Amino acid sequence: MRIIENASRYVSRRGFLQSALASGAFVLCGRLIPEPLWAADAQSAGALFEPNMWLSIASEGTVTIVAHRSEMGCGSRTALPLVVADELDADWSKVRIEQAIGDPKYGEQDTDGSHSVRSNFDLMRQVGATGRVMLIGAAAEQWGVPQKECTTEPHFVVHRASGRKLGYGELAAAAAKLPIPKTEDVPLKERSQWRYIGKESNSLFDLPEMVTGQAIFGMDATMPGMVFAAVEHPPVLGQKVKSYDDKDALKIAGVQKTLTIEPFKPPHLFQPLGGVAVIADNTWAAFKGRKNLKVEWDSSPNSVYNSGSYRKTLEATSRQPGKVVRNIGDVDAAFAQSARSGGKIIEAEYYTPHLAHASMEPPVAVAEYRNGKVLTWAPTQNPQAVQETVASVLGIKKEDVTCHVTLLGGGFGRKSKPDQVAEAALLSKQLGKPVKVVWSREDDIRFDFFHSVAAMYMKAAVGPDGKPVAWLQRTVYPPIGSTFDASATYALDEMSLGWNNLPFDIPNHRAENGPADYHVRIGWLRSVANIYHAFAIHSFADELAHNANKDSAAYLLDLIGPPRIVNLDLQGDEAEEAKNYPLDTARLRRVVEIVAEKSNWGKKPMGKGRGMGIASHRSFLTYVATVVEVEVDHRGQVHIPNVWTAVDAGTIVSPDNIRNQFEGAAVFGTSLALFSEITATNGIIDQSNFDNYLITRMNRAPRHVEVHIVESEAPPAGVGEPGVPPFAPALYNAVFAATGKRVRELPLSKTKLV
Amino acid sequence: MIRFKVNGKDRTFDGDPDMPLLWYLRDVAQLTGTKFGCGMSLCGACTVHQNGAAIRSCSTSMKEVSGTEIVTIEGIAPMHPVQKAWMEIRVPQCGYCQTGQIMQAIALLQENKNPSDQEIDTAMSGNLCRCGTYQRIRTAIHQAAKETA
Repeated sequence: MRIIENASRYVSRRGFLQSALASGAFVLCGRLIPEPLWAADAQSAGALFEPNMWLSIASEGTVTIVAHRSEMGCGSRTALPLVVADELDADWSKVRIEQAIGDPKYGEQDTDGSHSVRSNFDLMRQVGATGRVMLIGAAAEQWGVPQKECTTEPHFVVHRASGRKLGYGELAAAAAKLPIPKTEDVPLKERSQWRYIGKESNSLFDLPEMVTGQAIFGMDATMPGMVFAAVEHPPVLGQKVKSYDDKDALKIAGVQKTLTIEPFKPPHLFQPLGGVAVIADNTWAAFKGRKNLKVEWDSSPNSVYNSGSYRKTLEATSRQPGKVVRNIGDVDAAFAQSARSGGKIIEAEYYTPHLAHASMEPPVAVAEYRNGKVLTWAPTQNPQAVQETVASVLGIKKEDVTCHVTLLGGGFGRKSKPDQVAEAALLSKQLGKPVKVVWSREDDIRFDFFHSVAAMYMKAAVGPDGKPVAWLQRTVYPPIGSTFDASATYALDEMSLGWNNLPFDIPNHRAENGPADYHVRIGWLRSVANIYHAFAIHSFADELAHNANKDSAAYLLDLIGPPRIVNLDLQGDEAEEAKNYPLDTARLRRVVEIVAEKSNWGKKPMGKGRGMGIASHRSFLTYVATVVEVEVDHRGQVHIPNVWTAVDAGTIVSPDNIRNQFEGAAVFGTSLALFSEITATNGIIDQSNFDNYLITRMNRAPRHVEVHIVESEAPPAGVGEPGVPPFAPALYNAVFAATGKRVRELPLSKTKLV
Repeated sequence: MIRFKVNGKDRTFDGDPDMPLLWYLRDVAQLTGTKFGCGMSLCGACTVHQNGAAIRSCSTSMKEVSGTEIVTIEGIAPMHPVQKAWMEIRVPQCGYCQTGQIMQAIALLQENKNPSDQEIDTAMSGNLCRCGTYQRIRTAIHQAAKETA
């Protein structure tokens, strides 16, 4: 199956970076956007100047920039076109954005891993600058002056010596006839010349539509003549329909018929789960009909899944030696030496549960199958995965699947996995008309690709100065790789997410990973394995600080040690990436120092039941330190009056958006630290909606979140995810400071504080 | 036959009287600014006004709509001071829940011209935002209150 051949791509999603060279070639060929299969497409009429497939300029001056990343709330759809517009020297008010369909010609299109800007920044600059050079060339030719005498101001080419100027629209036709210049003949702006990159004034392109209800999300997509479908999914992963009775379902007004969807063949990849679909005239009738279905399911090996006993298994594994993923010095010898010399050994175990993404927009898709081809509109982070999944499930060519990307009502990693799109395409093929599949909230929570449950074991030997001489860390969880290889039990990609790159100055260190079986679909959730890894590492660091009777922030800086580049012994893509993004402890120290200063760390008086906690974590190449202040009331309820975060994300495009991302990360972090937990009983997920899968509401959210962005000229790094990992440990460390209770499992609501 | 008004226009409906207003608005009337989030009045994404009060359209059946006046986000003349504040504070991330948030905020400000933080929390805690824009929502409501004062 085609998807399996590409599985490694998903497994090492962060390793898969289209090389700038390959992407650069796209600049020189191609066109605006491929022809649609059918249906009128939103092509810009009268587009004249298409120096490449990313950019076109119409004669009236409208610049159309293609966004090939999805918008799920992180700002990628705005940020990359802003970069193009800056180098093009375009007037942003005359820019429209056209959302790309899924097509490998754009390179990798999976909007996740916080890498849209960092993987495309140079390319987008090149695209804009190429357009600018061609516009200058067209004007110079018309004026009969050397190109070097010409310059630009927003949307005009200017010849200062003669005071002449021509608008981009007027020049578009002539520019389009010029050869596309070589990269070396395309100068980029100096940083000081940037008009948009890094500027406070940037806001989301779709902001007006978002506040007026005109924005089109996947939930809002329609096709003429479409019918609606709700799918009764197998309660336990891998169950098949034994039999079903749809008599009562068919009695519901508006219900047309029922259809079965074949179960997946392992590995489940992004295939549909299978089940029974109710087809109806509208969403409500489909939902109501579905409630009236009687389905009998056969058995599944996953019905043994019980979260309580599974936890014990994970924890037992975490106490056994695992696969070594990083080794410095000799941890075992150091522990033995410490024991002989009466040194102190400290051990701790941490546990974090499954989480569901719970994007406000549940999974949804519209698809039409016609003549062996599929046209779909979907809120997807990864339109090429839509092409691959739909093609594979229907047995057609990937090129025959056209995936239009709507806005996403949140994504957080869930919408990289397009199983619901495949459902819509399969049903459309059977029905001969377009189908809209709408997942209920219950579907969304019960049939997620869950964030992994995890157990961590930590052990340190501390010297007389209280600093660790040896640090062993072991982590165990069902890996994301199980989605792509049913036999996978060890983590792969997750190791680089905060486990094989501990930035501490410790002479003896070993990181290990133990095996675990999966019983539900496991997937990426905003910041992924960094969540549990940072929770264990920074809770443990704080435990060691208290053991040493030292201030937590000062101790953290001691652990990080002197400014240096940490040798991570990386291979392949990661080694390549590290050339531009070395792990620099000077930058990590700086964010810790800034957040300590801004939070008035150690100086702000803390009354009874109040405390502050700190954690720092580098993820997605961004350095973050967070201080959380808590107030624990007489009922043991935790309130969060203040959060301070310092961020070094290198070069940034939209500072206000970055502040918004980190404010949001504090709320997302509050959800997983205080409230959220997914559990299973006999393979069935116990939670189903926001009454039992709790996420943060305004009254429990941090009251005040302050984000400090470090000015940097380093290459751009991630911003969507890195705010999440340090939040939970900082909060738990604050709870310890406030109450003296060291809690070692998420979420906090499971532990009584008073 | 159920008779009612949506955004000032007379409407009739003779389908399933149990159909929630949400699905009438979205699938029948094609007013998709009102969002589906939970179907159980737990998230507020579907918030609209019924006779001026904020309600959850996912849990309001068409028979309960009979004889009432419904206003959706499409019936709010842009830019309402609340929408303007949302733009200026740059509240949205993904934007999906924001129309419900805005409808809830407008209803709050109609009742209480100058709400405190505490009153905003009470009024808005039924509206979930998974992106976590609560701090900006609170700021925007204060700003809109100032504007309309």
